[in-house]
Amino acid sequence: MGLGTAGMRFEAPETLDAAVTLLHGEAGLARPLAGGTDLLVQLRAGAVEPDLIVDLKRIPEMRQIAAVDGGFRIGAAVTGAELGEHPDLKKAWPGVVEATELIGSTQIQGRASLGGNLCNASPAADSVPAMIAAAAAVTVAGPDGRREVPVEEFIAGPGQTCLAKGEIVVAVNLPPRPDHAGDAYLRFIPRTEMDIAVVGAGVSLTLDDGGLCTHARVALGAVAATPILVPAAADALIGTNGDEDALTRMAEAASAACRPIDDKRGTKAYRIKVAGVMARRAAEIALERARSC
Amino acid sequence: MSRQVSATINGDAVDFLCEPEETLLDVLRDRLALTGSKEGCGSGDCGACSVMLDGRLVCSCLVLGAEAEGRVIETIEGMADGKGLHPLQRHFLEQAALQCGNCTPGFLVAAKALLDRDPEPSETEVRYWLAGNLCRCTGYDKIVRAVLSAAAEMREA
Repeated sequence: MGLGTAGMRFEAPETLDAAVTLLHGEAGLARPLAGGTDLLVQLRAGAVEPDLIVDLKRIPEMRQIAAVDGGFRIGAAVTGAELGEHPDLKKAWPGVVEATELIGSTQIQGRASLGGNLCNASPAADSVPAMIAAAAAVTVAGPDGRREVPVEEFIAGPGQTCLAKGEIVVAVNLPPRPDHAGDAYLRFIPRTEMDIAVVGAGVSLTLDDGGLCTHARVALGAVAATPILVPAAADALIGTNGDEDALTRMAEAASAACRPIDDKRGTKAYRIKVAGVMARRAAEIALERARSC
Repeated sequence: MSRQVSATINGDAVDFLCEPEETLLDVLRDRLALTGSKEGCGSGDCGACSVMLDGRLVCSCLVLGAEAEGRVIETIEGMADGKGLHPLQRHFLEQAALQCGNCTPGFLVAAKALLDRDPEPSETEVRYWLAGNLCRCTGYDKIVRAVLSAAAEMREA
C-alpha cells in the first residue's frame, strides 16, 4: 500500500507565506504539490523521496484566474480543465489554452496545472513553448519576497528550474492582448491523443491595421535541452504580411535553431525538419486569428 | 504519521485515517473497502481508478488521501440507485461492453462525467473523452456504442 515513501510528511497550508516557510524551513527534501500528475508518478517510481510534501491548492491565489491590466494572472495550480472553461482567456490566448489542453487525458486535465507543467521542466512540456511565445512571465514567491521571471529563462535544463530553496511559482502572467493579435501552438505526435511531443511549436504575433506583422515570438519544444525562444524565426515574420516567402524563411530559421537528441520518439534530423513544418503551421493559424480580430 | 481526514464520499460523511504516502485509491480500497475503483497502472495512464473529486474526473492513484480533506468524492459504488443500475451500467451489460471487467468501473465513472456535462456527445467526442481509459479486451467499439446508446436513452427519459 502507498507510494513507498514511508516517513514522508504532508502539509496543506492556506497562505503563501506559510507554504514558503514550510518549504524553506525543511531540513530534508521538500516538494510542492499542485496537480500531482508528475510528482505522484515520480514518488511511486522512487525517482524522488521527499521528507515533506506541501500541497499548494488550498492557497486561494494559486487557484484563481484574474483579469489584470488587460492581461491575465493565472494561479500556478489552476488546472487545464479550468483554463479551457474560461471563455475570456480562451479568446485572448487560444494558443496557450490549447497547448495546456493537449496535456494528457480528461483525468489528467482535471488535475494538471500550468505551474506544474512548467516546474516539471520537461523539454517537451506542451504549455511552455506557448507561454514563451506569449511573452508570459511567472511570479515566484520565496523567503526573500517576490520576483518575476520570463518563462524562457525559467527552465535551466531537463528537470531543472531557476527556483531556489523555498521558492514556488505562484502565478503565470499573460500580457495584454492588442488588436489584430493571435497565438497558436501545435505539436507533432504519431498518435491522435495521449502522447508526448516529438516537436512542439508556439507562435504569437501582432499585425498592424494594414496586416503587416509588427511583433512576433516563436518558441519550440522537444528540440533542445529546454524549450527555446527563436528570435530569428520571429524576425522572418516581422515587417511582412505572412506571405509564402516569409513563412518559408521562418520555418528555415526554426529548423536552424534546433539542437535535438535522437530518442525513441524521433531522430535529430526528423525533429529538425518537423520543427520548421510545425512552426510554419502554427504561424499560419496565428496569422488567421490575428486577421480576424 | 497518520492523519485524520474528513470527506464526503458518495453522499456520506466519512472520516478516515491515512498516511501521507497513501493515495486516494489506497484509501478507498484498503481502508474504506470501496474496491470498485481498480488499480491498473498506478501512474495515471489507464483510468481504471477514475473517481470524481469536487466534480472533476481524476485518477485516484494520482491524488493523495490526505488531499481529500473537506472534498466531495464520488466513486463507482455511488452510481447505481440501490439495486437499479444506472443506464450506462445497463447498456454496458446489454451490449457486452466488457470482458474481464477491470477497466469497467473507470469507464463508467468517466462516461457518466461526460454525459453529465454533455448529454449528446458525438462518437468522436466520446472517444476523445475516454482516451484516458484503457481497455485491453474489447477494442473499445462496444464501449463507445454503449455510451452513445445510454446517452440516447437518458435524453428520452
